[in-house]
Amino acid sequence: MAKASFHTAANLLFFTLIGTVMLAITFELTRDTIKESEEKEKMKLIAQIVPEAAFDNDILKDIGRVAADEMLGSDEETIVHRGRLNDEPTIAVLEAIAPDGYGGKIKLIIAIHKDGKIGGVRVITHNETPGLGDYIDIAKDKWITVFKGTSLEKSRNRDWKVRKDGGTFDYMAGATITPRAIIKAVHKAAQYFALHKDELFKFVALDLPAENNKASVKEKTK
Amino acid sequence: MTSQEMKDIIWNGLWKQNAGMVQLLGLCPLLAISNTVVNAVSLGLATTLVMTLSGSAVAAIREVIPNEARIPVYVLLIAVLVTIVQLLMNAYVHSLYLVLGIFIPLIVTNCIVLARAESFASKNGIRASALDGIAMGLGLTAVLAVLGGIREVLGKGTLLSGLDLIFGESAKSMVITVIPDYQGFMIAILPPGAFIALGLLIGLKNWLNLRTEKKVREATIPAAATQAA
Repeated sequence: MAKASFHTAANLLFFTLIGTVMLAITFELTRDTIKESEEKEKMKLIAQIVPEAAFDNDILKDIGRVAADEMLGSDEETIVHRGRLNDEPTIAVLEAIAPDGYGGKIKLIIAIHKDGKIGGVRVITHNETPGLGDYIDIAKDKWITVFKGTSLEKSRNRDWKVRKDGGTFDYMAGATITPRAIIKAVHKAAQYFALHKDELFKFVALDLPAENNKASVKEKTK
Repeated sequence: MTSQEMKDIIWNGLWKQNAGMVQLLGLCPLLAISNTVVNAVSLGLATTLVMTLSGSAVAAIREVIPNEARIPVYVLLIAVLVTIVQLLMNAYVHSLYLVLGIFIPLIVTNCIVLARAESFASKNGIRASALDGIAMGLGLTAVLAVLGGIREVLGKGTLLSGLDLIFGESAKSMVITVIPDYQGFMIAILPPGAFIALGLLIGLKNWLNLRTEKKVREATIPAAATQAA
């Protein structure tokens, strides 16, 4: 009996190991491609929320690093894209994370004009319930555009809530947790921007993507 | 595998033992996803791929797994395969992944995959099991597509909406508006709509089966009568 149980356990362990190895290999093989397509997707979304007239620099390359901050929901360094017109800072695109979505973290990008007006918000990745909470995705619904043109001055603290909770933001019946999480994250990011605006634009331009490329080339030649 | 066996496997998957209408396993995606044709067919095909892979994998290792450990090993295998398919889709068909992404992990919870592993692949060879996966998957895809069509027309008044998410903006012109200026009919889009439409489909299938049986009986009885005479 003991021998049989041992045999079974060994078998299970063996298949778990095989499964782990297979997953690890696939993960390694696809990681770079996935990251690339996520970056590409991000660029497309940035173009949607930053008006073309607002900048004349290369906003995709004018990048600053932002230390992890509770107000952005980030636990590691994020990237800010800066738009400038005649070398005057005009708009910043922040990355933020809403940690309390229904299906976990929701990754956002938020464009904020220098005067604090929000240019727009887009969801990069999320795990919300299909057909219910996924209306935050611009591909599924226009809801996320409610943030366009809002600002800390226009909406006071208690307005940054869904209508159900006494705020001014619309939501869809049946899925309130998702918009709640996003509204909170955008509100906090707007406050973060108001506090750190000058630093955000002051950072020396970093050529991050190029650095990444170099690093990956190095890895490959190894 | 003889050609008769192959025919039986295909016939079982597509009609006689259809996952969506007879075994009634895999109702989870049936309810969640079949609100448009595009969603339904895409997830159906992803499920078919997973079932084909898991069927062959289970058949390949069926002789080395101890009987009492087989279910956990099958579940593990299916979960690994689904995750691999998800990662590959994310990397190489990113636009399709964006549409389906969150539904793909649901394939693990689809009991039809495990049911075929246990009831078919654990007793048959690799090729037969792969074929069974394909046939069962396509049978399910067909039911999903019909359900999706019914729900989409009733609920939204369109057909093939969302095609542009897979094939790009140019596919938008292929979306068919069946009923113009339609106000929408929520219950068809929500899960109850799936239950009702599925019930009607099963009814239709049973009626078709009964009719064929009756025809066969009518065809044999006169023959028997003339023989007796």
